[in-house]
Amino acid sequence: MTRGPTWFNITSLVLGFSFLYLPIVLLVIYSFNESRLVTVWGGFSTKWYASLLQNEQLLDAAWVTLRVAFVSASVATVFGTMAALVLVRSGRFFGRSLFSGMIFAPLVMPEVILGLSLLLLFVAMDQARGFWTVMLAHTTFAMCYVAVVVQSRLVGFDKSMEEAAEDLGCPPVKTFFLITLPIILPGVIAGWMLAFTLSLDDLVIASFTTGPGATTLPMKIYSQVRLGVTPEINAVCTILVVLVTIGVIAASIVTKRQQVQRERDERAAFGNEAS
Amino acid sequence: MAKKSIGPVRREFKPWDNPDHAPFIEFRNVTKKFGDFVAVNDLSLKIYEREFFALLGGSGCGKTTLMRMLAGFETPTSGQVFLDGQDLAGIPPFRRPSNMMFQSYALFPHMSVEKNIAFGLKQDKLPVSEIETRVAEMLRLTKLEQFAKRKPHQLSGGQRQRVALARSLAKRPKVLLLDEPLGALDRKLREETQFELMNLQEELEMTFLIVTHDQEEAMTVADRIAVMDKGQLVQVATPAEIYETPNSKFVADFIGDVNMIEAKVAEKSGMGTRLVSVVDGFVIDSEQETDAGVGDTVWYAIRPEKVRISQGRGEDGAANQINGLVWDIAYLGDVSIIHSKVGESDDDIVRATFANVSRMVEKPIMWEDEVVMSFDRDAGVILTR
Repeated sequence: MTRGPTWFNITSLVLGFSFLYLPIVLLVIYSFNESRLVTVWGGFSTKWYASLLQNEQLLDAAWVTLRVAFVSASVATVFGTMAALVLVRSGRFFGRSLFSGMIFAPLVMPEVILGLSLLLLFVAMDQARGFWTVMLAHTTFAMCYVAVVVQSRLVGFDKSMEEAAEDLGCPPVKTFFLITLPIILPGVIAGWMLAFTLSLDDLVIASFTTGPGATTLPMKIYSQVRLGVTPEINAVCTILVVLVTIGVIAASIVTKRQQVQRERDERAAFGNEAS
Repeated sequence: MAKKSIGPVRREFKPWDNPDHAPFIEFRNVTKKFGDFVAVNDLSLKIYEREFFALLGGSGCGKTTLMRMLAGFETPTSGQVFLDGQDLAGIPPFRRPSNMMFQSYALFPHMSVEKNIAFGLKQDKLPVSEIETRVAEMLRLTKLEQFAKRKPHQLSGGQRQRVALARSLAKRPKVLLLDEPLGALDRKLREETQFELMNLQEELEMTFLIVTHDQEEAMTVADRIAVMDKGQLVQVATPAEIYETPNSKFVADFIGDVNMIEAKVAEKSGMGTRLVSVVDGFVIDSEQETDAGVGDTVWYAIRPEKVRISQGRGEDGAANQINGLVWDIAYLGDVSIIHSKVGESDDDIVRATFANVSRMVEKPIMWEDEVVMSFDRDAGVILTR
């Protein structure tokens, strides 16, 4: 077997990454454009970032989005974790396959349909649309993602740890909070972050279920772009890209560190045994 | 701490022979079904205080289910379980006075060794100083003092096993349940730990119930062994009784190595029984009396170490002698196990153990040697089932 990159590999890599990242790189570059025209380079400048801070509409939209994302991710995490527990733990019960199918259906259901059905529900309930309806809608679909993530963590969970806790005198509910939750916490946090991200960049469902005074950032960006792309929008998007990148890198560094530490610990332990 | 001799206590310890002695743990006609599968079938068993009791059997024989019913993780389909005179029905695991050491150890990975050990004590809302004293005592008992602050994943298999043991002992339960506690340890460590367990049990004056599939482990640690098969008890007795007087083919086969000879009852008298081997027609004299009638087929079980093997003419005065041809020799160092063919078929093999007491033998037993195997009238057991 030949080692090292071949021309074919290098070409595929370059093509693949260009395909993925060229648009984003362009967006970042043009956010530092001096010119007002988006497609004409007029020199380096950070003035669009400064003007962004003055744009109250965009800032408001960002604030709404963050609040919606935070609340819906938190609620979805609670419900999603509960659903995952039921699916993994309850064994066979009547209607189990139906239940698990229904939990995961929104993953593949077109967003338009989900949004429309939620809108119809809110209208039927005579519910004024705004912050809370968007939040509820996001909770609904983010919950499935949380359930999937937490479920994968629960499958590898040794149930005898819970039995051990109960055997030592700990009632079931307390056992959940003292033993189960801390152990599946990485999965729960990952689920929360996924739900948060999904809510942040959702456009379709939010535009169906929102009302006056609750415009989210993606909706704002979308409506502004229809009037013409401004470098300000590029700046907003660049900030979002940077934030997401930092989040991903931080998460992977933490995971990597933990793994390295764990391996070192285990080596140390077996070294002790031998001596 | 000077280790006190436990010999005299052990020698006198026979509560199961006394019908008036109240059992500490009792299973009364317990049945457990999982769907159509009967894991435990109408089983009754009495275990006494301060006994080290082993449930022994192959996988799926119901031994773990039986223990889990005592711990409260399974509910009997029918029948009752008593602990210290109390019917355990309806009592959830977290209110039962027993503690269990799990096969997987089930240590809490996010807690240090001392937190793991203190967990049960905290549930009892003991004062902090009391918890600290007990944890320190457990750490000392299991020689884990220097690992107190470590997390379970920073420990080796043997250390984890000791943490699991310390955690289950910390509450001083009325009975300690051990579910295959040494399965994950290597052989040498396992043997050491078996003796540690026995000493601990003696020192803490507690009742231990161990579930194992390893017959050597059960024989080493237990006062009494219950051999289980298909959800039922086959024999409950001391290790020596189980080994020397098995009550069935299953037990004789399961525990140790045995020659199982199919034979017909030829003659019965007050002095014992005379058997004739079905396949090869050799005669076996036994001092044992049997319920089987003349002409019935029975099994004669004899352990290889009870068979003496010699070249040439054999021994004068031995009650039973069988001629054979050496077919296979397994040299194990301390002993050799010699397989001799006693009939026409290659399957007619009688195994004899030959102790290698001297390093050099002038004329060792070799392949294809003609040998005589002799054994006494009380060497084997006649089994009818």
